[in-house]
Amino acid sequence: MSKAAYQPASTSPVVRSRAFYTIRLWSVRHARFLERIYKALAIVFLKLHPVWKRVGYQRAEKPVMIAEKIVKGFLFDCRMCGQCALSDTGMSCPMNCPKSLRNGPCGGVRPNGNCEVEPDMPCVWVQAWTGSRMMVGGDAIQKVQPPVDHSLKETSSWLRVTSEAAEQKEAS
Amino acid sequence: MSPYLAFEEHEAPLPPLPGHTSRGRLERVLRAGEFAITAELNPPDSADPNEVFDRGAVFDGWVDGINATDGSGANCHMSSVGICALLTRVGYSPIMQISCRDHNRIAIQGNVLGAAAMGVNNILCLTGDGVQAGDQPGAKPVFDLDCMSLLRTIRQMRDDGLFLSGRKITSPPQVFLGAAINPFAPPYDFRPLRLAKKIEAGAQFVQSQYCFDIPMLERYMDSVRDMGLDEKCFILIGVGPLASARAARWIRSNVPGIHIPDAIIERLERADDQKLEGKKICIEMLQQVHDMKGVSGAHVMAYRQEELVAEIVHESGVLKDRKPWTREAAPGFEAVVEATDNTREHLGEEIDPSEAVAAVSD
Repeated sequence: MSKAAYQPASTSPVVRSRAFYTIRLWSVRHARFLERIYKALAIVFLKLHPVWKRVGYQRAEKPVMIAEKIVKGFLFDCRMCGQCALSDTGMSCPMNCPKSLRNGPCGGVRPNGNCEVEPDMPCVWVQAWTGSRMMVGGDAIQKVQPPVDHSLKETSSWLRVTSEAAEQKEAS
Repeated sequence: MSPYLAFEEHEAPLPPLPGHTSRGRLERVLRAGEFAITAELNPPDSADPNEVFDRGAVFDGWVDGINATDGSGANCHMSSVGICALLTRVGYSPIMQISCRDHNRIAIQGNVLGAAAMGVNNILCLTGDGVQAGDQPGAKPVFDLDCMSLLRTIRQMRDDGLFLSGRKITSPPQVFLGAAINPFAPPYDFRPLRLAKKIEAGAQFVQSQYCFDIPMLERYMDSVRDMGLDEKCFILIGVGPLASARAARWIRSNVPGIHIPDAIIERLERADDQKLEGKKICIEMLQQVHDMKGVSGAHVMAYRQEELVAEIVHESGVLKDRKPWTREAAPGFEAVVEATDNTREHLGEEIDPSEAVAAVSD
């Protein structure tokens, strides 16, 4: 019995309306602008390092995490993996990929640039590539991302990046 | 050449028996009403098969089944499928543990078929420790199934010959299904009911967590017997030697689900040789478990002191005269005596039988 060539499913296993990711697509289109905001925010956060230290990073965690969740959830459909890669992935959150790929698109992307798993959703990594081309530091998309540390889920990535940057600054 | 893989004599499955679901030795021993002994193999952090053979060899002739752990404590070691493949190659009877932490239902069902094809007759279904307990806490916890749904899935594969999806399996895996119990953790009233649930889901034998508290086990077994569960399922109680009072304290505060009463720790502290006392306690536990009604066997876990298993089993005398299957076809003393007698008759020379045994064993 000969089998027909593999056809990706035409219906999505996850029913999601397009409205769910219009804002996310907008963010990718404005990757350059958001990159600038992110850089400014990172500087402000680093300046605030003494404040975080006085309050205690542990105690600041909860309110900052909630703020981060609201802002990034609105703009990027953030999944709060706690190890944000947005600035490396063209402002397209890789955790929205059904295979949660963090290092580029799989081989199943459809000719129209949509996802293999969810036919109605534009591929997260096709978006990431377009977004990265608009960004100044867009070449960071070539960086190999380490595997996700799932124990960091639901923690603030901003605070982690800040404390790490502060440590580096103190060390040098 | 025949297209079929020919089994060596020690690898071939035993002939099927009525009422048996597997063709392995563990089920035979249990169904024959013997007191069964199982032990746990400490999986190597190595790709060398000889490490598995060496670690299996310390149990040779003393156990009816060897548990191959599946990333126990969420630490990474050689896989249970791999260990089982090696153990069946030399004729041992492994109990393959499957934990739901690392595999989803697709991987698990595939592994069950693969393991059964390699001659694994016993499978123990576990939920598994959380990833935070192990050496790689950043790992993604899978937990697609849990121990109950896993039991039901494998039972469906075996009895109905169907995958979870309903697709047909041409040759279903003939396995003896096991589960774990812990009578020593709250909620104590619910524990026997949970065993009932596991039996309902397909468990044919259960192995318990370490037992250091006989009165507590007695209370558990009372309600198990009231519910008639000991007749529906073979219950193997876990025992093991504690290396020292310090080790016991560490286990109590760091390993989830192990209950060690203060009396045991005090007794270890008072002893001159704590390791020997730990072994003595284990032997006493084993003997008491053996005499308990409704208990079909014991699971001897001697983590990092595996060489003690043989001594414990021997000194406790729970096997009576039974000798579990052994790999080594070592010549019996009687056979050698007969042979030397023959030689003497024919040659007129004196040979010491014990020297001859030593010579042949070398």
